[in-house]
Amino acid sequence: MNDLSRLEETEVYLLLEGIYRQFGFDFRNYALASLRRRIWSVVRDEKLDTISALQDKVLHDASCLERFLLTLSVHVSGMFRDPGFFRTFRAKAVPLLRTYPYIRIWLAGCSTGEEVYSMAILLEEEGLYKRCRIYASDMNEAVLRAAKAGIYPLHLMRSYTANYIKAGGTRSFSEYYTAAYDSVLMRPSLVDQVVFCQHNLATDESFNEFNVILCRNVMIYFDKTLQGRVHQLFYNSLVNFGLLGLGAKESLHLTAHEHSYEQLSDEEKLYRRIA
Amino acid sequence: MNSRAFAVPTGIGVHGRDTGAQSAYRIVVIGASLGGTRALSSLLSALPGHFPLPLGIVLHRAVESDDATLQQLLQSHSTLPVLEAEDKMPIAAGHIYLAPANYHLLVGHVEFSLSTEAPVGFARPSIDVLFESASAAHGNKTVGVLLTGASGDGAWGAARIRERGGTVVVQDPETAECPVMPRAAIAADAATSILPLEAIPGLLADLSQRRH
Repeated sequence: MNDLSRLEETEVYLLLEGIYRQFGFDFRNYALASLRRRIWSVVRDEKLDTISALQDKVLHDASCLERFLLTLSVHVSGMFRDPGFFRTFRAKAVPLLRTYPYIRIWLAGCSTGEEVYSMAILLEEEGLYKRCRIYASDMNEAVLRAAKAGIYPLHLMRSYTANYIKAGGTRSFSEYYTAAYDSVLMRPSLVDQVVFCQHNLATDESFNEFNVILCRNVMIYFDKTLQGRVHQLFYNSLVNFGLLGLGAKESLHLTAHEHSYEQLSDEEKLYRRIA
Repeated sequence: MNSRAFAVPTGIGVHGRDTGAQSAYRIVVIGASLGGTRALSSLLSALPGHFPLPLGIVLHRAVESDDATLQQLLQSHSTLPVLEAEDKMPIAAGHIYLAPANYHLLVGHVEFSLSTEAPVGFARPSIDVLFESASAAHGNKTVGVLLTGASGDGAWGAARIRERGGTVVVQDPETAECPVMPRAAIAADAATSILPLEAIPGLLADLSQRRH
């Protein structure tokens, strides 16, 4: 650790502590390695030179705080990202879900909604959607509005279509959207069973009991302490034999709940609560 | 450090943990692109079996490429364990960690983090992201190695390593399968040594033995 690194960490620490004390948004247990990149990107966007200068601006300028929160909240996603996960979900999770009369699903950290539409499409094709209630949560209201609106750039549809096919889609992906100019509007009925809600994994508690929780590539931005908190939250929120889906490079290994779940597939991080 | 009245986030505020005489370096980060599979195989096979530092590697490849295949290939060239990095995997001495396809690999104080943030200069994983995160966490105890490649990725990150007092070894462009990437780093004045590929393992072995 040299002086430059030490100074930077001190500045990050003070910024996060200030934001928490003043506004209640708790980033103190985010993974420092990726967090500092995002902080520097806000520093540059705000045309500032130091993290300390950002601290000053964020504490005094509400619009700057909003931009900061947005930058920290947007996770790059895509429709049917990691198609293998959705293929496995069809094969392993759907047969289990068929046994429930009513299915509650929590998509935690849904960001701009790509996974919400992907999951709605999958469930509709499996004939389960009408029996489902999907709770799509994010800590940031602006991204929830974007998720609800369901408008995405047209140029991404080629790769989304390829993903959809690899994910085991049974129809034509273009059935699910209408194109206009440079954008597409996802079919509004896909969110008929979706409740969008603000929820902060770092500070909020459980709000329901779920049959399925998906939280893929969200906790990679958290440190191990916060990951532990969220795993406890998910454990408390899942029914017995409920399903938990994580990102491909995330793991329950070395968490307190490692032995509370069984993995349903060798390839994908799809787990079932068994204890 | 103990006087803080409120919770210190883990990963932050770990300053001052350094104790006594130690290795001059804590981590080696390596970036390669076009021609990189061959260069990495050659470099790893020539490292000593008791190499004491962890190595983090970004090799550009197709989004869809099979992580297991690359891992097995590089493992066949090394007696050190080669792992594909998972999120928050502890950084262990003498282990080799590969960035998975389609994720950035970031170095922390004691563990790796992954990120799905946007590609940087069209690359995910990005060498710049790997290098810069290593320099931020380990400062002058970072060794960066930039090998053959056809893009400018890595030059900026290598400059950050050098700026924070670390060591940057760049493959001699004359000996690189594709000289674009090494040249970009040299043009950015990021290199502390410019060496043919065959000489790099020896230098890394030497650096790994240095003490403060």
